[in-house]
Amino acid sequence: MTFINYASREINCKIVYYGPGLCGKTTNLQFIYDKTNPTAKGKLISLATETDRTLFFDFLPLELGNVRGFKTRFHLYTVPGQVFYDASRKLILKGVDGVIFVADSQRERMDANVESLRNLELNLKTQGYDIKSIPYVLQLNKRDLPSALPVEEMRAKLTFGNEPVLEAIAFSDEGIGVFDTLKAVAKLVLQDLTKTT
Amino acid sequence: MATTDVVMYDEEFNQIKTILSKLRTDANAKLVFLVDKNGQQIAAHGNIDNLDTTSLASLTAGNVAATDALAKLIGEKEFSVLFHEGENDNIHISIVGLRVILVVIFDERSSLGLVRLRVKKAAGELNAVFDSIMQKVEAEKASSGASFESPFAEITDEDIDSLFSE
Repeated sequence: MTFINYASREINCKIVYYGPGLCGKTTNLQFIYDKTNPTAKGKLISLATETDRTLFFDFLPLELGNVRGFKTRFHLYTVPGQVFYDASRKLILKGVDGVIFVADSQRERMDANVESLRNLELNLKTQGYDIKSIPYVLQLNKRDLPSALPVEEMRAKLTFGNEPVLEAIAFSDEGIGVFDTLKAVAKLVLQDLTKTT
Repeated sequence: MATTDVVMYDEEFNQIKTILSKLRTDANAKLVFLVDKNGQQIAAHGNIDNLDTTSLASLTAGNVAATDALAKLIGEKEFSVLFHEGENDNIHISIVGLRVILVVIFDERSSLGLVRLRVKKAAGELNAVFDSIMQKVEAEKASSGASFESPFAEITDEDIDSLFSE
C-alpha cells in the first residue's frame, strides 16, 4: 500500500527483506545504512535479542531523491528469520509494496530457504497478495562460501517465473550485490505504480 | 494490489493539520501525530525538532500491529487504546476508524482523562476527513475509467536509475 501525499509531494514505499534465519537480511540493511549519505537516511532501528538475532524487525528509512517532482522514500524492513517468529513476520508483511527474498547459498541451508519461501508465499496470500504478481526479487547471498550451490541449481528450486535473481556477498566490504538488489526491487515497485490498481 | 493506495490531497491534509493542532491545544499535549497502520507518518503537530518522527511512526505501527495480534489471540476484536506511562512523558495511542493511528505525547501539564476526552472528539472529526478522502479516490477512479491517474504513469528507466546515481 503505497502512500502518496500530493500535499507534500511525497511518495512512501515499504520494502521487506524476507528469508531464513541467518541468511543476511540484517546484514543487507546494515550495509545500506553504512554506505548511504547521512542526509538520505534515518536511524537504523534493530529490535534484536541480546545475541543480535532479530526479534521483531529492523527498520531503515531511505530518502532516494525525486521522481517526477515527488520525494521518494523507501522504508526498508527485515523480518525475524527464525521459524517460531511467524506471527511477527505476518505483521511486518502488512501493506508491503515490494519483497526481497534473501536466500542462503550454502548447500546445508537449502531446505531452510525452501521452507522460508513457502512461508513467504503463504503469508503473502493471507494478506491478499500473490508472490507472482507483486514486485519481488530473489537475492542469492553468501556466494563466496565454499559450500555455495551453483546458481542454476538454486534458480531451479527457488524461482517462480521471471523474477530478477541477483548474486550477493552482503558481508563483504564492498557489499557485493546489496545495492543492485535494492535497485531491482525499487524499480519494480515504481513501475508497479504506473499500473492500474 | 490487495488494498487501495492511500492518497492525500491538499484540502484534506490541511483539515487534518487543523484537527491535530486543535487537539494539541485542547489536550495540553506536547506532540500529536498521525500515522497510517503501515508506519507511514501522515502529519504531526507540536515540537518535533528533537524527535526522530520516522522511527516513532514505524515503531508505533509495529506496536499497534503486535497489540492487534494479541487481541485476536484472546478473542478480542482490537484494543483500541494503548497507553504507556513514563516518569515524565506519556504516550496515548488510539486507532481511528480502523485505518490510522493517532498518537498523543503529554506530560504532567495534562492528564490521561483530558487526553482521552479530547482524543475521542478529534477521532470523530478525523474519521470524517478520511471518509471524504476515500470517496474522492473512488470518484476519481470512476470518472477516469480504470483508475485515477498516477503521476508515475510515464516513469522511465532513467528516472529510476537517477535515484541511485549518487
